[in-house]
Amino acid sequence: MYNGLKTRVIPTLLWKDVGVVKGKGFDSWRRVGSVIPAVRVYNTRQVDELILVDIEASKNGDQPDFETIKDFSNECFFPFTVGGGIQSTEHIKKMLRAGADKVSINTGAVSNPQLISDGARLFGAQCIVVSIDVKKVGNDYHVFTHSGTKDSGRTPEAWAVQAESRGAGEILLTSIPHDGEMNGYDIDLIKKVSAAVTIPVIASGGAGNYEDMYQAISEGGATAVAAASIFHFTEQTPLEAKEYLAAKGIPTRKRFTLAT
Amino acid sequence: MDALIIDYGMSNLGSIRQAVEEIGAAVQVTTNPADLASATHIILPGVGAFGDAMTNLINGGWVEPIRATIKNDIPFLGICLGLQLLADDGEEGGQHQGLGIMPGTVVKFSPQSGERIPHIGWNEVQIIKPSPLFERVPDRTEFYFVHSYYFQEQDNRWVIGRTPYCTDFASVLQKGNTFATQFHPEKSQGAGLQVLKNFLNV
Repeated sequence: MYNGLKTRVIPTLLWKDVGVVKGKGFDSWRRVGSVIPAVRVYNTRQVDELILVDIEASKNGDQPDFETIKDFSNECFFPFTVGGGIQSTEHIKKMLRAGADKVSINTGAVSNPQLISDGARLFGAQCIVVSIDVKKVGNDYHVFTHSGTKDSGRTPEAWAVQAESRGAGEILLTSIPHDGEMNGYDIDLIKKVSAAVTIPVIASGGAGNYEDMYQAISEGGATAVAAASIFHFTEQTPLEAKEYLAAKGIPTRKRFTLAT
Repeated sequence: MDALIIDYGMSNLGSIRQAVEEIGAAVQVTTNPADLASATHIILPGVGAFGDAMTNLINGGWVEPIRATIKNDIPFLGICLGLQLLADDGEEGGQHQGLGIMPGTVVKFSPQSGERIPHIGWNEVQIIKPSPLFERVPDRTEFYFVHSYYFQEQDNRWVIGRTPYCTDFASVLQKGNTFATQFHPEKSQGAGLQVLKNFLNV
């Protein structure tokens, strides 16, 4: 039967202090702007969703910055996911209270998988996004934590399956070596993880143009695509991305205008 | 135009409060069921599990006051889990009784052709019946959904909008001045704000 769900194009904002930053392979960060103006622009441009990640929090073992998230959420009339430094159900609760719709958990979930189960039970599977950062070790994909600095020894497929069975609502899948390079997503990785689970998989890392997004969806089987550099460093926009995808037969959300 | 938002411990109320303020209405968030008696427009939001939500409504003393305002046809809007709670019952985490306003039951999606569950993202609402809730909202406008369970109606008289995912499920309901949306109007940008405005104009 007809399924009306639209494929999402999700800008990702990585931030450090109050600045939006972007790097390559989770390193060499450049400051590319301020968060609140970026959120406002995305609001007026009707983006489908936004992912915000505090890149310092998990590396330094800091608490998430709930107050700053509150300021961001006041500007957001569209769904947004917040990640970085979430270690406990108390953190999830505070993050949702601060206005996040979903939390993205990475290091905290690998070190304590029970956090996924508890989070899903207490707040609903729909708000628990398990973020999986991946890099090849030899010929095999491995899951990395602490902003890509620690090898967990797990394979992304097995970890995604475990996350799903514990109640995760979505997987945010990022290829570390592809991140910031704008040479296309890691299609092979997306294929493997998308085939392993039945929850939505958001592909991240490597988008350089709209065709890359198309490939991640049509070849890789991604449910949604996330991207950062392409929107920071080029003239390409989420809206144009959706028009491109729609022209190639991928259903995307139309721009809303009030009927008269 | 005032909106009273029910705080029964199941939701991020920040975004719904922000959205109602954005359209220029005054908002009161309450944990006191007695406040329902004087309200002009009531919103029941909610994310989380059906069973926990009903337990909170029961323990908080909300059930009878909610039924009474609905009986008096005070404008009422259930959002997401707030729609599902209006059903007779729900199967999430065991069988639980609902508020029994809308005849039907809340069941889990069964994928028909590889649909991923939860249903997350923007999907369209096909307008089945005209309603003040759809004022200036074109047919097949997209709204933001995030859920794994849906309302399976027993009586299609109250279904005013449907959304195609696994089945053509009932995504918008109206019975008198009681309205409900499975999508999140507070997260659906311009389209969602218009629906909230329409509700507050009822």
